[in-house]
Amino acid sequence: MMNYAVEIERLRVVRGGRVVLPDLSVRIPAGQVVGLLGPSGSGKSTLIRAVVGVQLVESGEVRVLGEPAGSAGLRRRVGYVTQAPSVYDDLSVRANVRYFADILGMPAAKVDEAVAAVDLTSHADTAVGRLSGGQRSRVSLACALVGDPDLLVLDEPTVGLDPVLRRDLWELFRSLAAQGRSLLVSSHVMDEAVRCDRLLLLREGEVLADATLPELLEATGAVDAESAFLALIDRGQEVLR
Amino acid sequence: MSLRRTLVTAGRVLAQLRSDHRTIGLMLVVPCVLLGLLAWIFQDTPVFDGIGASLLGVFPFVVMFIVTSVATLRERTSGTLERLLTTPMAKGDFMFGYALAFGVMAVVQALVATGFAVWVCGLDVAGPLWQLVCVAVLDAVLGTAIGLLASGFARTEFQAVQFMPAFVLPQFLLCGLLVARDRLPDVLRWLSDVLPLSYAVDAMKSVTASTAPGADVAQDAGVIALWVVVALVFGSLTLRRRTA
Repeated sequence: MMNYAVEIERLRVVRGGRVVLPDLSVRIPAGQVVGLLGPSGSGKSTLIRAVVGVQLVESGEVRVLGEPAGSAGLRRRVGYVTQAPSVYDDLSVRANVRYFADILGMPAAKVDEAVAAVDLTSHADTAVGRLSGGQRSRVSLACALVGDPDLLVLDEPTVGLDPVLRRDLWELFRSLAAQGRSLLVSSHVMDEAVRCDRLLLLREGEVLADATLPELLEATGAVDAESAFLALIDRGQEVLR
Repeated sequence: MSLRRTLVTAGRVLAQLRSDHRTIGLMLVVPCVLLGLLAWIFQDTPVFDGIGASLLGVFPFVVMFIVTSVATLRERTSGTLERLLTTPMAKGDFMFGYALAFGVMAVVQALVATGFAVWVCGLDVAGPLWQLVCVAVLDAVLGTAIGLLASGFARTEFQAVQFMPAFVLPQFLLCGLLVARDRLPDVLRWLSDVLPLSYAVDAMKSVTASTAPGADVAQDAGVIALWVVVALVFGSLTLRRRTA
């Protein structure tokens, strides 16, 4: 039997009078890095918000690690990194991470570990407001890592990072999955598809494809995720899953 | 709710304040400058003894209102609040963490402002000084609580700052500082009987005028404390785990 980290059944979300997710059903396997890919405005962030339980939904069911999304039991087990880094600019890197560690009741040793994992040890005592955009988003990631979550939900974590850092972060994500954790990572950069165990292509709030990259390439005859995405759109309503 | 999460939140808010020397300076210096100015304007008259104490009750309320409403609005707009509410953090941990942190700041502010008013400006205080400080701290906590509530209705920093005159000035006009409360027209007097700043000012007046103001002050403090609880409860209702 397949083990699922996230199970979504007929999810419908309306934001500001606009239907963002009309009727979405999908299951995300546990212990894998699942890439949520799609152009901006396709509903990636809304889907992610529904998974972490901060999105008001109109109807449908979202279950995370076997519990309804947003339920109290999940607050320790799910790590959430928003698209805009949500950290305190006037505190140092270490103070930010320590605060989240304290809230989650994690030991102090975890703080330096999380700071090292995002490669910011040399900036640990710098105020976050003095860091670059990419560094700030890594602080935000460290604040989620420090809680040792079973499911890590990341909204565009690699935006604005140089290629070396992007590679390092994906290696980090892979090693977390190797430890049995589940990751849901959104990106609008199609090249990041090769880093994922499984892909979820989203367009206008609908799942265009839910497959591994080889499956996707085979089904479309395309050479990479980007052209596969285009091929699927050209085919119209036919969905690969 | 958890004591640990409340305390670490208070510690985090204080650490943020500590990195902002100018804000701390303004919080401590501005009340002293204003008190000094008043004492100077009314030198050689008994007026300062009357309103100086009342103002000691108004300053902490106003300053903490502004600081809190802007700080919590920043939490809302930066996404940190949404993130905190996906963790085991309870809404109460967040609210009381803020109230505690600014309460600590209020103690410092009250000590500095009271000391300045009494020893530099020569404010005559008939009752015990510690009661003056206690009332000032309670006023500051009131400002924090109402600031938290107000920030729930502000979408932008501009709005948050505009709430200051909206929430504070009417109370300032009706608190008995300009016209004694029992000489206000009936409707306004009823209104002033409900608003919390009236009790802050009454308590301050009692401490300066009477040698044994304990009972009066305790009664006023009770009303202020009730307002603090009501504002914190309603404020926590404006914190939503799920938003559109």
